[in-house]
Amino acid sequence: MSEIVLDVRDLEAGYEPGVPIVRGASITVKKGEIVVVLGPNGAGKSSFIKAIAGLVPITGGSVFLDGKDITAAPAHTMVRLGLAFVPQTENIFPLMSVEDNLKVACGILERREIPARIEEMYAAFPDLVRQRRTAAGNLSGGQRQMLAVARALIVHPKVLVLDEPSAGLSPKFVSTVFEMLAGIRKSGVTILLVEQNAKAALAIGDRAYVLVEGKDRHEGIAAELWNDPVVAELYLGQRPLGAEKTGHAGKGGTA
Amino acid sequence: MSLQFVVDGLLTGSMIGLGAIGVTLTYSILRFSNFAHGDFMAWGTYATLAVVSAIGATFGKVAPIAPLSFGWPLIVALVVGMAFTALLALLLDKVLFARLRSQGQAIIVVMASFGASMALRSLLEFTFTSRPTYFSRAIQIAMPVGFGIRITPDQIALLLLTAVLVLGVHLLMTRTQTGRSMQALSQNAALARIVGIDVASVVRVTWVIGGALACVAGVMIGILVQIRPFMGFDMLLPMFAAAILGGIGSIPGAVLGGLIIGLAEAGAVQLIGAEWRAAVSFIILMAVLFVRPIGLFGVRER
Repeated sequence: MSEIVLDVRDLEAGYEPGVPIVRGASITVKKGEIVVVLGPNGAGKSSFIKAIAGLVPITGGSVFLDGKDITAAPAHTMVRLGLAFVPQTENIFPLMSVEDNLKVACGILERREIPARIEEMYAAFPDLVRQRRTAAGNLSGGQRQMLAVARALIVHPKVLVLDEPSAGLSPKFVSTVFEMLAGIRKSGVTILLVEQNAKAALAIGDRAYVLVEGKDRHEGIAAELWNDPVVAELYLGQRPLGAEKTGHAGKGGTA
Repeated sequence: MSLQFVVDGLLTGSMIGLGAIGVTLTYSILRFSNFAHGDFMAWGTYATLAVVSAIGATFGKVAPIAPLSFGWPLIVALVVGMAFTALLALLLDKVLFARLRSQGQAIIVVMASFGASMALRSLLEFTFTSRPTYFSRAIQIAMPVGFGIRITPDQIALLLLTAVLVLGVHLLMTRTQTGRSMQALSQNAALARIVGIDVASVVRVTWVIGGALACVAGVMIGILVQIRPFMGFDMLLPMFAAAILGGIGSIPGAVLGGLIIGLAEAGAVQLIGAEWRAAVSFIILMAVLFVRPIGLFGVRER
């Protein structure tokens, strides 16, 4: 098996002491993988991933990145440690130009390296080039997500962590964003993402975990989880995930 | 009618504008109205005065740089005063504002700044008495420059100094990583941390810039008017008006706001009467906010 990049063990986290939202969740992410964390609403997916990124206080367990303990490291040190996080919303600086959004994230790079690195990002995300002087707040939803991902990638992270990259996007952009993530993985970047849109995420993922009530309850190969009855039970009550395909659909799809 | 009010207004406006830069930065980055900012001005001015006196005591009387009313001791003292005021701002943040800020209630920090303002001012009165004092008692001859305008060499020098400082701060904010970090922090503090910005260090830079410029504004008042413990407190309302008029967070806005208020005040004194001085600037402020609530250079957030 290839080496483990991110190793989260029995993580407990929450905003208030004594009220844990994440209650002993463990996952691993191997080099070059896309790992998806699924779960019903309120399962603590977002808090789980924010705790890893240093944004929700950790009360127990540990997070290792490339063998190094980064548990509860301050959020601003995470990029230096090799973890780049893309929040679900408000993930760009709206009043700054696209280029300044990229530049401001380059704090840990060598000064000489920055212009070339920005051009590399433009080459990878051609939509952004034409908008380089535009205030980021004027970008479309899909372009904002691209900028947020480019901003995270610019520092050569060991792992790219995304909180629901498809949230709030129109269906057209949802597929664009997932195609983009699949492309990024091909270039060798390791990705961990939390996602409501299970179908689209499992389509690009290698492995997936199902988080329920703050704990990881199930794990499997992404392609197989879609039709896994255990997942269906955990994730949606009794209704199989693939129900809309097989015809005996229940009360409308959440995926 | 004389156009003299233009020079007077630009000078008052420069003092207000330099002070307003600190107000607008503190407001947009630390998210509170710092009422002690005026007292940074006064402390910086007294610190500069103390250094001038110390240099005078050490080196004897130093001839002014003709045609200015002051010599190298004031220039050296100003630099020391700027550093002192920056340290004072950092110290006050460390012992007072930072602790209260971590509790997350902006209004408590604002009230604390009110308290700090009174304490700082009383300390100055206690130490230096409330009697006005001056950097120099020499009288400068104002040169006529046409259109009925007269200007002294000191005034020209200080206008130039203001221009240089404003340009410098503007370039710092827009062209450097430090400036981009400050902008980022003012737009989204959580995201700023995520992209690797050390909030504590950006906060320190903010205090250093605000404190140093407050000192310059104070020394300008000291050179052109007089030095009093209340000199900064009296500037507080015009500074806030300038910052709001220009659009909170905008450096060019704060300076332009300062100039508009300075010119309006000076114009009012000449055209309507001195008693309308404050009223006119606030009428302008209200009128601008009525038409454009975010201020001249302000930008709607998101």
